[in-house]
Amino acid sequence: MTITVNLTVNGQKVTRQVEARTLLVQLLREHLDLTGTHVGCDTSQCGACVVQVDGVSAKACTLLAAQCEGANVLTIEGLAKDGKLHPMQEAFREHHGLQCGFCTPGMVMSALDIVRRHPSPDEATIRKELEGNLCRCTGYHNIVKAVAAGAKAMRG
Amino acid sequence: MATNGIGAAVRRREDYRFLTGGGTYTDDIDRPGQVYAAFVRSPHAHARIKGVDKASALKVKGVVAVLTGADVAADKIGGLPCGWLIHSKDGSPMKEPPHPILAADRVRYVGDALAVVIADSLAAAKDGAQALKVDYQPLPAVASIAAAERAGAQTVHDDVPGNQCYDWHLGDKAAVDAAFAKAAHVTKLDIVNNRLIPNAMEPRAAIGEFDRATDSYTLYTTTQNPHVIRLLMCAFVLQLPESKVRVVAPDVGGGFGSKIFHYAEEAVLTWAAKKIGKPIKWTSDRAEAFLTDAHGRDHVTKAELALDKSGKFLAMRVATKANMGAYLSTFASSVPTYLYATLLAGQYTTPVIYAEVKSVFTNTTPVDAYRGAGRPEATYVVERLVEMAARELKIDPAEIRRRNFITQFPYQTPVALAYDTGNYEATLGEALKVADYAGYAKRRDASKAKGKLRGVGFACYIEACGIAPSAVAGALGARAGLYETATVRFHPTGTVTVLTGSHAHGQGHETTFAQVVAEKLGVAYEAVEIVHGDTGRIPFGMGTYGSRSLAVGGTALAKACDKIVAKGKKVAAHLLEAAETDIEFKNGKFSVAGTDKGVGIGEVAFACYVPHKFPIDKVEPGLEESAFYDPANFTFPAGSYICEVEVDADTGTVEIQSFVACDDFGNIVNPLIVEGQVHGGLTQGIGQALTEGCVYAADGQLLSGSFMDYAMPRADHVPSYKVSTKVTPCTHNALGVKGCGEAGAIGAPAALMNAITDALAPLGVRDFQMPATPLRVWQAIQAARGSKLAAD
Repeated sequence: MTITVNLTVNGQKVTRQVEARTLLVQLLREHLDLTGTHVGCDTSQCGACVVQVDGVSAKACTLLAAQCEGANVLTIEGLAKDGKLHPMQEAFREHHGLQCGFCTPGMVMSALDIVRRHPSPDEATIRKELEGNLCRCTGYHNIVKAVAAGAKAMRG
Repeated sequence: MATNGIGAAVRRREDYRFLTGGGTYTDDIDRPGQVYAAFVRSPHAHARIKGVDKASALKVKGVVAVLTGADVAADKIGGLPCGWLIHSKDGSPMKEPPHPILAADRVRYVGDALAVVIADSLAAAKDGAQALKVDYQPLPAVASIAAAERAGAQTVHDDVPGNQCYDWHLGDKAAVDAAFAKAAHVTKLDIVNNRLIPNAMEPRAAIGEFDRATDSYTLYTTTQNPHVIRLLMCAFVLQLPESKVRVVAPDVGGGFGSKIFHYAEEAVLTWAAKKIGKPIKWTSDRAEAFLTDAHGRDHVTKAELALDKSGKFLAMRVATKANMGAYLSTFASSVPTYLYATLLAGQYTTPVIYAEVKSVFTNTTPVDAYRGAGRPEATYVVERLVEMAARELKIDPAEIRRRNFITQFPYQTPVALAYDTGNYEATLGEALKVADYAGYAKRRDASKAKGKLRGVGFACYIEACGIAPSAVAGALGARAGLYETATVRFHPTGTVTVLTGSHAHGQGHETTFAQVVAEKLGVAYEAVEIVHGDTGRIPFGMGTYGSRSLAVGGTALAKACDKIVAKGKKVAAHLLEAAETDIEFKNGKFSVAGTDKGVGIGEVAFACYVPHKFPIDKVEPGLEESAFYDPANFTFPAGSYICEVEVDADTGTVEIQSFVACDDFGNIVNPLIVEGQVHGGLTQGIGQALTEGCVYAADGQLLSGSFMDYAMPRADHVPSYKVSTKVTPCTHNALGVKGCGEAGAIGAPAALMNAITDALAPLGVRDFQMPATPLRVWQAIQAARGSKLAAD
């Protein structure tokens, strides 16, 4: 069965006919060519697929596209403006908070949600809040530093 | 040092694309007309395949084809090869049972592929794979080393009696036995080096493609070494000319060893692409990754250290059993032998060492190299023994190490390696300082006051990286050369393209290799482009594993740069009307010694491509040089790690209070990236010691088959690390570099388990096995209390 979904992705209104079983992450990757959102597991554990849905972080592997009817979705591709990195992206670059880059989009999107809820997060808070995101490369050390620095930059 | 040259903490140029969703991983690639593959995998650990009913899958809507092990056999497709031949003690070669790319008559582990279903959508391929009717006759399974070795055990392969792959040894047994007979003290440990599942965050994926017009193939795949995959697949499996096959490894999301190996799916997709006439894409899901990515470690060891009264090491005796899984993966046989027993000297002058290693087949996923590959297992044996001996002899753990450190270099160990350089006291001294070891007793008392047990643990590891002189590796059984290649191509207008046979999957070569070239040639860092991961663009390469990229690939790069400079001197001499012997090269400029006459390398490059004024009788136009570098020796990174933990005896919970690492990686090109490598390695090592453990049921079912069952270390399991470096440059490569990719994973498990067992020692706990989950810690405490009660 195919259904029609209408939503806004990175500020653009999109309409697609998809199979009803299509997940949000499949809609993004396969129908909208937004391959920055990754799939790293099949149990909603790794967080490589984290995006924002209506301003709140969500695992795009765990939502049906149909559930996002009318929603406003922000992916990693929507963060930088005119080639200029978002302060959180810049903090990850400055602090070497990424290596292979596969978990990175989800990490950055989760980091934004951490800052939304904790504008000045300390290390313990950042570590606890990152429990939904796995990274196998960085050992988290520089991700934690990047999130703290990104939060500071976002406070201005 | 140039601003972006060797030694600078340059921010990575890779990051912009990864941070903006612009990376291109294999699963991000779609080829025109592409269809999708789903593999049919055995649900049994061991079974005979009595029949496969293709029609059951072919009738699923969208299914294009079903190919089985019988089709593979009919096309006379070869099996997956093993790259290292080990000989047993008696001189006989190891057992190498066939490893078909799709099983035809028997499946040997849960996840063993026996068919592939190809369909016009991924969903249809998966539906087809589920619908395929396979008639299995289950057989008894052996899922552990102990089960495989039991008398009368079921054999995994009919022609491998007792399931033994080889029975190998290294060292002087008689001398070791004599030393033990005279020893004042012997420390003994039984060690299980727990089996791990690598879990790079990007699951494996591949696209096979055939072009009828040129009769050639392209394979996109998540590999650490595309040329090696092409070589193995063409020469052994599909019998194709390498000239007709291109292997592309685009952005690869982590490897840690698990993406070195030639996997069945790569060959199946390449073979099937021609049969079907369409590109075929496959992406592993995580459940499939748990079952089919080669696992790591899985050793069972009896280890003994003989000491004199003063704590001087006299001899070491080690007997290890290693699990190979159901088949020999690409480098499986070398991991528990030449990458393991050769490291048992550690940083110490132990005069005689004997190791014997028996490896067995089991009905489990193949086991192969995982970050460190043999060296973490060796370090764990040595550093647990040393720390235990210190406790038994009541010698400070730092002091016992100092009494035994190698201080004279070069040093020939009794287990084949010759260390070129090192300064073990320097890294230990720095680690002690950073860790404030002098203040430890106070912190222990403070922990006690709040009801916690505090412990401190050390690990002074050594590793052998940058494997190896090809001739030496060949003499030991390697079936490949272990050099690396580089091509440096100047363009007429002065920018530089570098082709490297190394491959980056997180390590940042595009940045660090550009730093090396910028420094060597005196060109702008921004003018240097690094290309890797495509056999269609790079002449050849051995890829990235064993912390070899900079030590071997970087040295090849330096050699190619030297050739550029040598040619440039000839051209500059002509341009400057001077003798070639008078030309000096520094910071990108060729100048006539003792004069202010000079010409920039950019102008020389231009002259090479527009050879109007050019020594055409002596020099060819163009400015491009290639180099192969075959290492003169291994490199020997080493370091000291100190870990402090607090244990809650009521719950068994371990909290890492501090982790200090001081490493000697030789010269450092980019300290930011080196620190990142250490952080990542430490976390994988801590994962092994604290959370990770692969568990099979006795019937061969994988019980830890998802992230919900297999505990990956998360951000709140680990502390912020205190890392530093000391430098003794490698003596035998041009850059003086040693490699930093695996150190953390090698040293961390021993340091952490030494700390935990130190914390528990007052309760009577001597030792227990990794991972130190709260349950295991609590059980160890209860067992000690039980024996204490019984003794009282």
